[in-house]
Amino acid sequence: MYQQVLEVLRCCKERNTQFDEDVKVMPMVKTPQAVDLAEESEMIDCTLMQRKKLIIEELFSSWNNTGVMSLLRPLLLDVVPTIQQTAALALGRLANYNDALAEAVVKGNILPHLVCSLSEQNRFYKKAAAFVLRAVGKHSPQLAQAIVQCGALEMLVVCLEDFDPGVKEAASWALGYIARHNSELSQAVVDAGAVPLLVLCIQEPEIALKRIAASTLSDISKHSPELAQTVVDAGAIAHLAQMILNPDAKLKRQVLSALSQIAKHSVDLAELVVEAEIFPVVLTCLKDSDEYVKKNGATLIREIAKHTPELSQLIVNAGGVAAVIDCIGSCRGTVRLPGIMMLGYVAAHSENLSMAVIVSKGVPPLCASLVEEHEDHIKAAAAWALGQVGRHTPEHARAVAVANVLPTLLAMYMDTRSSEDLQMKTKKALKNILQKCTYLPALEPLLHDAPPNIMKHIVGQFSKVLPHDSKARRLFVTTGGLKKVQEIKAEPGSLLQEYINTINNCYPEEIVRYYSPGYSEILLERVENYHPVI
Amino acid sequence: FYIFRSVDEDRKIEYKAAIKIQSWFRGCRVRAYLRYLNTMVIIIQKWWRGYRSRRYFRKMVETAYFIMKMNFYNEMAVRIQKRWRGYYIRKYIHNYYALKKYLEAISVNNEIVRNELQEYAEMKENEEKRKDLEKKEKEKEYQARKMHYLLSTEQIAGIYNSPFRKSPDPMELLLRNSKPLSHRRQQVKSPFSCEVYDWPTCKRPPIFSTAQPLPPIGRQKPQGPFRDTAEVLQQRYKPLEPTLRVAASINSPLEKAREEMKKEERRNRIHDNEFLPFSSYHKNEKYDPSIHRSGKYGQEIYGIKQFREVQPQKWVANKDFQTVLPSIVLFEKFGKTYSRAGQIV
Repeated sequence: MYQQVLEVLRCCKERNTQFDEDVKVMPMVKTPQAVDLAEESEMIDCTLMQRKKLIIEELFSSWNNTGVMSLLRPLLLDVVPTIQQTAALALGRLANYNDALAEAVVKGNILPHLVCSLSEQNRFYKKAAAFVLRAVGKHSPQLAQAIVQCGALEMLVVCLEDFDPGVKEAASWALGYIARHNSELSQAVVDAGAVPLLVLCIQEPEIALKRIAASTLSDISKHSPELAQTVVDAGAIAHLAQMILNPDAKLKRQVLSALSQIAKHSVDLAELVVEAEIFPVVLTCLKDSDEYVKKNGATLIREIAKHTPELSQLIVNAGGVAAVIDCIGSCRGTVRLPGIMMLGYVAAHSENLSMAVIVSKGVPPLCASLVEEHEDHIKAAAAWALGQVGRHTPEHARAVAVANVLPTLLAMYMDTRSSEDLQMKTKKALKNILQKCTYLPALEPLLHDAPPNIMKHIVGQFSKVLPHDSKARRLFVTTGGLKKVQEIKAEPGSLLQEYINTINNCYPEEIVRYYSPGYSEILLERVENYHPVI
Repeated sequence: FYIFRSVDEDRKIEYKAAIKIQSWFRGCRVRAYLRYLNTMVIIIQKWWRGYRSRRYFRKMVETAYFIMKMNFYNEMAVRIQKRWRGYYIRKYIHNYYALKKYLEAISVNNEIVRNELQEYAEMKENEEKRKDLEKKEKEKEYQARKMHYLLSTEQIAGIYNSPFRKSPDPMELLLRNSKPLSHRRQQVKSPFSCEVYDWPTCKRPPIFSTAQPLPPIGRQKPQGPFRDTAEVLQQRYKPLEPTLRVAASINSPLEKAREEMKKEERRNRIHDNEFLPFSSYHKNEKYDPSIHRSGKYGQEIYGIKQFREVQPQKWVANKDFQTVLPSIVLFEKFGKTYSRAGQIV
């Protein structure tokens, strides 16, 4: 079975030049099995068909027991450089595949060999070795910690100074994967002196290198403000800001994500990012054809807007709100989420900003996203944002209520299928808006289905408005509101009862009695008990 | 004998009578004297009390007058402050019209931004289409160059020049125009030729021009000995520079701090119940009381009420130190230096 598989595998790699090398290698290696293993391990990425993949998986699980690492290790120390490179590549691909194999690589004591021989080898070996480190480091923090402990970081940093862009790319990719896991590892990467070299890499002309360097900087700076400060001190912001204009979509993604990771930690960092004159250029990113560029652009604007009212004011003055609203309108799904949150943050700061959001026609897209989206967390974000917009004054609440969104919020609150988070956010948003809403036509439909804790607010609002407005009183009666209010059962002495009393006091006695439940029975009883006077 | 006895008894009787008369008389005299004293005393007390109450009354009148004056001043001050505060707030803090203008300006700006972005998006789309078209053209040309042998000759009509067609196929025309491809190996096309920087979108990001139009040139100077218009306008529209006391409200730092805290709370609190994993892990933590509560001494007197530590066990004699210096003069003056004229009685 094994031999058949080997034959099948061999058929597909006709033009693999490494086959020639391995043919040369064959007489020199002790067991032919090792050669086959080496060949097959290179084949992993070449084979595309599903069945072969399944076979390979079985092989892998069996190889773990057969001690692949101990076979590949001596190949690493071989005299012929090509064999070393091929062996390193094979290790890299093995480790890339799953984390059990990566652990086997670490346990097989291979990393110190790799690290030691990295300094005096040629660029292909360096690329392959960096690939191995990347593949091992990407699976979990423990493996990345093992890499750091065997002193690989210094070697990777040395690779970053190399002339060949491929080597730099591989090294910075490895550093990026290591720094991604947690802040201690990021700190270790920074302590090895990687950040200035990465900033130099960003300025190189090769696009792939720029991408990887930008993503590594983003991974480093996302953990803590000190790390972000370190990245900023190396002068990264200016270069990143220049690269926003680059037409390559993937590069823009990484650059925007790096800037947003820097800006999210504190007000000073956000101000530094803003001072790099990204507005209004960033707004063009919101119109890009690539979804993730739009998402990252919206994330960057959100992180800046979140800190202080002054920063939000700056964004509003630059027309950012309009751009974000258009962006929300044109996207679907999780791509909308940062845009929605950005509107929420801007509206949360002050009532003038919230009014600016309303004036820029922000409420309809928020309502649309509340209704259309399927994911609960996006709906929750939209509910929160609407709550922030409508919470300030009656004008704001009116603007939100006119968009007919309150029944939707109530329905979501009462729906048993919505998650707890969504229910809490809709409840909070409803409470905040209702406490300021004086627009009675929007409150009417809510009277009929609201649960008691929301009913309290609705009835409270009615009790505040009705005593002063006669037209509203008339409307209230004709639309059946008074009848509904009479049907509400409230405990005497509670706030709800007080509100109901206030409402009842606005109307003459007979009307109140007429609408109280069971009035028709009372009338009929009176008819029964009446003795006609003949 | 009987005569003497009766005389003796008479004498006793007279003696007793004389004593009675004398005591009564003396009593009368004393009573009259006491009455006299009483009336005198009453007069004195009457005068004295009148004097005291008149003084008191005068004081009361003074204070009442003072209170009336202060009330009046307060009233007037309230009126002035009312007007001033209304003006100030309406002009500087909640300027309704300025707010309206600002919001209008924002909508205008938004429109401009939206238009620019729309143009930018359209330009990008056009570019994409153009890029695709050019690519296709290039492909076609390359193919034509490769297959130039399919060109039709005089004798034999080529594939693209079938005799049944009215006019030759466009491919035929291409073939006619193209040079035959030599067998030199094609150079590797650099992948960066696509990221060419002469696409117009990359060079110039949309400039959002919101600059005001400039004022007209060549205005005529007004005749006559008028002051310079610039000066006049400057003086007329000189900005108000309120003192810090006016600009800040009364409870300013406290209020501001509270507002700050509330704003931060409203802005940053997105989740009410943060997800706390493994919270039952922390349930068995013991409560560590603060030093204040856990010590057995309660509030420290040292530093608050007394400044010396006193340890009676270590004294040589049984007495504490004698104070030689008097108490501090400055501290005795507390509350007594200024007159009490302005204080509310």
